[in-house]
Amino acid sequence: MERVLKLRRRQNIIGWGFVLPASLMIFIFYFYPIARAFVLSFQTGVGVNLKYAGLFNYQRLLADNLFKKSLGNVFIFLIIQVPIMLLLALVLASLLNDKNLRFRGFFRTAIFLPCATSLVSYAIIFRSMFALDGFVNAVLTNLSLISRPINWIGQPWTARIVVVIALTWRWTGYNMIFYLAGLQNIEPSIYEAAFIDGASGFDQFFRITIPMLKPIILLTTIMSTNGTLQLFDETMNLTNGGPANATLSVSQYIYRLSFQYSPRFGYAAAISFVIFALVAVLAFIQMRVGDTR
Amino acid sequence: MKRKLFKGLKYLVLLVTSLLSLFPLLWMFVSATNTSVDILTGRLLPGSHLAENFRNLLAKADVGRALWNSLRNASVATIASLVVCSIAGYGFEVYHDKGKDFLMRILLLSMMIPFAAIMIPLFMMFGRADLLSTTTAFVLPTVSTAFLIFLFRQSARYFPKDIIEAARIEGMGELGIFFKMYVPIMRSTYATAAIITFMGAWNSYLWPLIIMQEPESITMPLLISNLIAGYVTDYGALMLAVAISVLPTIVIFLALQQNFAEGIISSMK
Repeated sequence: MERVLKLRRRQNIIGWGFVLPASLMIFIFYFYPIARAFVLSFQTGVGVNLKYAGLFNYQRLLADNLFKKSLGNVFIFLIIQVPIMLLLALVLASLLNDKNLRFRGFFRTAIFLPCATSLVSYAIIFRSMFALDGFVNAVLTNLSLISRPINWIGQPWTARIVVVIALTWRWTGYNMIFYLAGLQNIEPSIYEAAFIDGASGFDQFFRITIPMLKPIILLTTIMSTNGTLQLFDETMNLTNGGPANATLSVSQYIYRLSFQYSPRFGYAAAISFVIFALVAVLAFIQMRVGDTR
Repeated sequence: MKRKLFKGLKYLVLLVTSLLSLFPLLWMFVSATNTSVDILTGRLLPGSHLAENFRNLLAKADVGRALWNSLRNASVATIASLVVCSIAGYGFEVYHDKGKDFLMRILLLSMMIPFAAIMIPLFMMFGRADLLSTTTAFVLPTVSTAFLIFLFRQSARYFPKDIIEAARIEGMGELGIFFKMYVPIMRSTYATAAIITFMGAWNSYLWPLIIMQEPESITMPLLISNLIAGYVTDYGALMLAVAISVLPTIVIFLALQQNFAEGIISSMK
């Protein structure tokens, strides 16, 4: 008996040995920096010459129009792009969730393929396609849909539209995969019964598919919100935040404050902490709303 | 009649969406073989200027070095991540007790932390450690992720416990059981984790943008991003650079699509 206990103790210690290296790294590279960012947000100065300044950074934040603008931009993307993308992904997933569908594998792969493209790469592809003298304008002009080329990237709202189109192109297939997995857990007999009862495809989508997938829709909403609030690679390479900061994201503003202008680490940390709080609060709200029926 | 119409509409929607999904990628590959002028006037056929674009690209950017750096960084990141996270995931499942379960829950909270919120402290850490522009700095912050630990913990759940007991009776050590029994059986989980980690590291942009400051440490995403600076863009050379950086991930994706999808989905279990 004592030998067994001793063996268990030994195994327990070995177990800690297995989990500690990875755990320590998460503490060092995630938890310590977020705590450090919090402390930093109460300091001011240039570069690493920092001194405590209380709530100064947060007060400055409230009067910073560029910060408000970047936050507004991110919310514009969030409110317009995320619902369009998720609805599209849902529709595509329910169309693909049909064992008798021909070319199913081709459709699935084609729609999923944009996920294999890096964020920088697709941003640059879209930037090139929507350039003033670029492919999209050439096609639209040839089809006589427009008389003069549209300066897509050069005007605030068209630039935002291009970002929305690009984001939707890259991420719809990604979300569709989640929904497809979720749909496989729904009994086909439910749809059959609904069909016999005379429910149209439209009814089936809104009365069966959406309610049954609610937890997954919630998950993808949280992920997309999280991703949009952290938007960086796309706006940096597609529009460089322009024109007139109409597509500047908060992450890009933090990057500019820290690494392009004279480094204001304290102030940038205050902004980054706001993002952290927003991600947490929005996830919490979405979970609350998603749980009620 | 109505059903037939619906069916036709269904195929039409799927076909149009598929073509829209493929088009930008096809356009990019085709454009890599055309001149800037052809690309801008909307040419959609493969041209004969691939070699010329290649020469122009090499004159502007050190593609060889960037490719090598990206490959080395992504490989080191993948191997290190797989070793560290799979041992931890296995440990959290096989030796689980109250303490370790609690620790795991804490670790999962790290998934809520946006990278933008921690990049400045991380940059300061690596600056102080004098590790800027090194593979170590590129790799270290993302070696251990709660997501991968979780993935391996879930897969260890399906690893038969009898095998572990039997191996212990045979006198096999705990590490031996992990390497000789668990690792070979869980090959598909490793494949999934490898694809996700490799693609993430190969495509990563913001962290290298901050940390890889020496020209010698440039990676593919940084190289492409640098090509759009300046007034005149050589679209042929630019699309060739994009094609070079995207081709490996597309090949991996097409070959291992199932693993990739499983990896994405496992994040919601």
